[in-house]
Amino acid sequence: MDGTAVAALRASGVTKRYDEEEALKGVSFEARPGERLAVIGPNGAGKTTLLSILAGILDPDDGSVEAPAGAVGWVPQQAALYRRLTVEENLLLFARLERHPDPRGSVAEMLELTGLAERREEIVARLSGGNQQRINIAIGLLARPAVLLLDEPSVGLDPRQRARLWEFVSGLADNGTAVVFSTHDIQEAERYAGRLLVLADGEALFDGAPEALRGAVRAEAPEAADRDFETAFVAYLHHRGH
Amino acid sequence: MRWLLLKDLQILRRSPLQAALLVAYPILIAVLVGLAISPGSEQSRIAFLNEVPSDARITVGGARLPASGVEDRICGRVECVEVGSRAEAVEEVESGDVQAALILPADLVNRINSLSTFTPRTPRVEILVNEDNPVKAQLVDDRVDALLAEANLAIAKRIAGEGSRYLELIIDGGEFKALGATVQILGLRASAGILAAIEPELPPGPLRESLRQVRSFAEQARDNLDIASPLIDRLAQPIAVEKVTVGGSSPPLESFAIAVAATLTLAFVAILLVAGSLALEREENAFARLTRGLVSRGGLLAEKVVLGVLAGLVVTLLMLAGLEFFVSLRWDRFGLWLAAILAGGVALGTAGAALGALAREVRAVSLLAFMVTLPIAFLSLVPSGAVGPGLYDAIEVVTAVFPFEPALRALTAALDPAGPSLGAALAQLAALTAAYAVIARLALRRFAAP
Repeated sequence: MDGTAVAALRASGVTKRYDEEEALKGVSFEARPGERLAVIGPNGAGKTTLLSILAGILDPDDGSVEAPAGAVGWVPQQAALYRRLTVEENLLLFARLERHPDPRGSVAEMLELTGLAERREEIVARLSGGNQQRINIAIGLLARPAVLLLDEPSVGLDPRQRARLWEFVSGLADNGTAVVFSTHDIQEAERYAGRLLVLADGEALFDGAPEALRGAVRAEAPEAADRDFETAFVAYLHHRGH
Repeated sequence: MRWLLLKDLQILRRSPLQAALLVAYPILIAVLVGLAISPGSEQSRIAFLNEVPSDARITVGGARLPASGVEDRICGRVECVEVGSRAEAVEEVESGDVQAALILPADLVNRINSLSTFTPRTPRVEILVNEDNPVKAQLVDDRVDALLAEANLAIAKRIAGEGSRYLELIIDGGEFKALGATVQILGLRASAGILAAIEPELPPGPLRESLRQVRSFAEQARDNLDIASPLIDRLAQPIAVEKVTVGGSSPPLESFAIAVAATLTLAFVAILLVAGSLALEREENAFARLTRGLVSRGGLLAEKVVLGVLAGLVVTLLMLAGLEFFVSLRWDRFGLWLAAILAGGVALGTAGAALGALAREVRAVSLLAFMVTLPIAFLSLVPSGAVGPGLYDAIEVVTAVFPFEPALRALTAALDPAGPSLGAALAQLAALTAAYAVIARLALRRFAAP
């Protein structure tokens, strides 16, 4: 990863309130091309809210998000596709809605990329959760985005399906796509992300590499530094008052 | 929009049972409601037992009318089922094969003839009914009352006519046949003339004065009986009805029943399909993905309404075409049908979009669509005067803010030239479309929220 590369996505002071509750408190970060950034934190930390704002689904109350128009692909946590249509019909619909000059060509490309070419005529409802998630991601990639946002993409997948998912996502990043994903699986984040953004109660507590987070844990919660990453992370949050 | 429309049609095609129910159920309800309020193509079936001797004659004045004419008159109004005995009539009524039985007793003609004698006896007919159902009982009562009133009127007119003829004979004189002999009646007019001619010939005195009094009486009687003659004619039907329509325009009940069936079909298809397909976008988690730059929220609503209108148009036209086998429709007004169906479909579909956006879940949407549409449809059929004025005002308000009633008026107007104003109904539908579009658009703001 080139640390000097121009940011594909930049969030500055993003704040979101639901009634009296502040779901995000001035969160700022950048994602660069080819980077794999994991947004981690406990339930209710604001991960989905942040990704929804980055995707343009929600508007921030304060702050801003900078990204080239149409350059952000979004893969929601629950597969957003039509279960009564076939794999190909789903992809073709969204390719047409994206106004691709050659929708069928784009669909064929995505089918190859996701390894679902042979199952193109199957009704989505009959596919496994893992395969549905692959189509979900493929739809997010149809626009050839510079940034791909994935909201807890591995939820509900078995270990084999997870491995295939991350292999697929890593391939995208290797080809220059900035991948921002949220997860509450700390070990998954440590394994597949090049950088971590730690959120707790809407506040960004940490932004850096997994090794740097271990260093921060060692500094703030030395008693947990030698334990597994998840335990150390929980101790770190506890020390930070969350 | 066309790709979303294609997608929705593909989904419908993949759910043949739901699609079939979506078409069949509204048509079933519509046809049932239409049948319930239609006038009925068949006449009332009445068992008829005529015990009057075939050679009996009704004598009114000097005229003798064959009694069989009574049977012809009654059986022209209802479907008569001839029975041979009272027991058979009772059996027919009890089994429900006929609505009632009418028995003309053997002495009916004698009793009618006695009306012009010094010992009149009231003519009586016997009606057998089976009051197992209050609605049916009321229907039979009304039908019998109407038939009886008609028969009484016919007899009264005859009697009044004969009375007038006698009066004319007394006034103007003429021939009168009685007991096989012809009697020449002088009449008051000629009597007064004779007396007037004789009077100057008599010398002044008591005899001349008496003759003058007799002549004066004859003249007064003639003049007053001249006035009485039209009064006797009016006795048979003293009050004439002059019906003036001051509000509304009523088409035949059959056309209205067809309009009700068509509007119900259109309403269910448009509302259920639009509301259901909108809620499905949320259940498939696709709403946020679609409205993230691929299609505007307004565009998505418009696509759903177009889907509902197209489906409603096809199903409603199919139902009307099917009705053509049973009733004659004015196909020359097809352009107006289209206008009414499209305007009604757009308004009903937009209301469906608002329901879908508010309820958000497919099951809740289906339930809500039925809970709203059916009661409002039935309220729209409540005629003025059927309930108290306060309640009717409330019904008018409720039905005015939902597109069913104006859609029904539009279709009634389109189906029959005697219907209400099409323009006013279309204007109301346009206003409701705009209002429901605003509600739907506002409701979409929280549509994707968990």
